Amino acid sequence: MKRVYVNEEWCLGCHLCEYNCAFANSGGSDMASALRGKPIFPRIHIEGDERVTYAVSCRHCDDPLCVKACIAGALSQGEDGVIRIEKTRCVGCFTCVLVCPYGALAPAEDGVMQKCELCLSNASGEPACVKGCPNRAIVYEER
Amino acid sequence: MENYVIIGNGTAAVSCIEGIRSLDTESPVTVISAEKYPAYCRPLISCALEGKADPGNMNQRPADFYEKNGCRVLFGTKAVGIDPDKKSVTLNEGACLPYTKLCVAAGSSPFVPPMAGLDTVARKFSFMTMDDMLALDAAVTENSRVLIVGAGLIGLKCAEGLAERAGSLTVCDLAPRILSSILDEEGAALMRARLEEHGISFLPGDTADRFEGNRAVMKSGKTMDFDILVLAVGVRANTALVKDIGGDVNRGIIVDRHMRTSVPDIYAAGDCAEGYDSSLGANRVLAILPNARLQGECAGINMAGGDRTFDNAVPLNAIGFFGLHCLTAGSAPEGCAVFEERGPGWMKKLWTKDGFLTGFALVGCEERAGIYTSLIRERIPLDTLDFGLLRHAATTAAFSREQRRRKFGGAV
Ligand SMILES: Cc1cc2nc3c(=O)[nH]c(=O)nc-3n(C[C@H](O)[C@H](O)[C@H](O)COP(=O)(O)OP(=O)(O)OC[C@H]3O[C@@H](n4cnc5c(N)ncnc54)[C@H](O)[C@@H]3O)c2cc1C
Repeated sequence: MKRVYVNEEWCLGCHLCEYNCAFANSGGSDMASALRGKPIFPRIHIEGDERVTYAVSCRHCDDPLCVKACIAGALSQGEDGVIRIEKTRCVGCFTCVLVCPYGALAPAEDGVMQKCELCLSNASGEPACVKGCPNRAIVYEER
Repeated sequence: MENYVIIGNGTAAVSCIEGIRSLDTESPVTVISAEKYPAYCRPLISCALEGKADPGNMNQRPADFYEKNGCRVLFGTKAVGIDPDKKSVTLNEGACLPYTKLCVAAGSSPFVPPMAGLDTVARKFSFMTMDDMLALDAAVTENSRVLIVGAGLIGLKCAEGLAERAGSLTVCDLAPRILSSILDEEGAALMRARLEEHGISFLPGDTADRFEGNRAVMKSGKTMDFDILVLAVGVRANTALVKDIGGDVNRGIIVDRHMRTSVPDIYAAGDCAEGYDSSLGANRVLAILPNARLQGECAGINMAGGDRTFDNAVPLNAIGFFGLHCLTAGSAPEGCAVFEERGPGWMKKLWTKDGFLTGFALVGCEERAGIYTSLIRERIPLDTLDFGLLRHAATTAAFSREQRRRKFGGAV
């Protein structure tokens, strides 16, 4: 399946992916009114230090620990391999945060978990982080 | 052709079915389910009490799960005995069910210590099942004075579920602190403060000694009047079926790393089993949902002729109250080193031994905690990464470029 990968040698640490992610998942029609002056809760985040930066989002693992550990049956893996969260079932217990080896899950503003679903069901249709990455450090491809 | 039988119908059972069906889509599977419901998310019963989960939408799998997987489920039926020679399971109504491969996924039961006068208490409850929850739900009113015996995970989850619904809530426990199985004094104090802010009172180091109707006489001599009593002292693995036929049983049914019991063709998984805890280097009952899922799947695959090993089980607990979360994993073995950090309302403790992270406890600082868990489960030597950085923040930036390339560079 196609997944999002980061090439850390190209990542500038500019955080644009975080804004593009938050906007794509906001349902809003323009970025300024959707995000301006508010804390953002993106599903991708930049990690690193002075030496290196890179973007982290869900790896859509073949054998996903988060899905297996979810106590609420909120996380599931579709036949397409994409791991999705049913937000109305999530009780915000943080078990998925406790088990994800990549640190890819974090709560939304309301305390309910959220995660990268590859923008397949929002208006972007394909990962907005990839589309907007100025240095092509984040790619969406089969590996 | 096999004839699979599973005793129990919780997380371990459902995962066992999936494990079996990943290799064998033909042979019949029969599930013996003492409870009358399709497998539901047991941990959510407290959320249902609180009104945050809908008892009608707590199933673990879609409604057509059993049908799709060709399973016959005997709802409301109990297994009462196993005949390992004839290879059959006796049911409570007398019938015998033959098997070629059997999985005992019978979970655990509330442990009620002998307490004088318990029979004089009109409204007493356990908190393990959907029916327990529904009974408590029907009994509680806004005037109820609730006494919960046991300040462990289950007792406190019950307290949270009732906090906005009862007149008063008191939790007692013989242990000097709450959540004593996973937290030290400091961590427990943080969690307790949050619970107290929400009107829950505690009687640490004290427990009910005897009951006189609606009054508990505590060990300390104090008396406590209540309307509703919840007993959440602890749980015991359901081991009897295997113990009765001479199978190896300790606190749980002893299983190897393939989930085999000591009895041929009998497997066990979930809360009833005692398997290898890699953070401890010894066997232990890990009564947590992720373990039931991973053990159940492993058992199912092996029952169907596959070869799956599950050898990196570790304790994992995520519990939170009113927005304060506590995440713990692994163990603090004897002689381990401790790294700690703290601030107002939060603390972090990491335990290391022989160059490996063996466990941690985080209260109020949960960000990316799974990176720490991965160090324990995958036994990543700490000298291969920047532990100085990692101590302060759970980040993959502490890994070498090569480790990161392996983690992020391809399909995982
Ligand atoms: C209130 C509460 C909160 C919890 N919160 C968490 C949490 O936050 N995180 C976490 O990881 N875990 C939590 N747990 C623990 C978790 O629910 C268990 O670890 C998990 O359900 C174990 O699954 P299991 O399949 O082994 O057993 P169970 O889910 O207990 O299923 C076993 C089933 O077998 C049935 N059975 C027993 N004997 C027989 C028999 N002889 N014949 C037929 N059927 C039989 C039982 O009736 C039961 O339905 C919680 C538990 C409770 C009660």
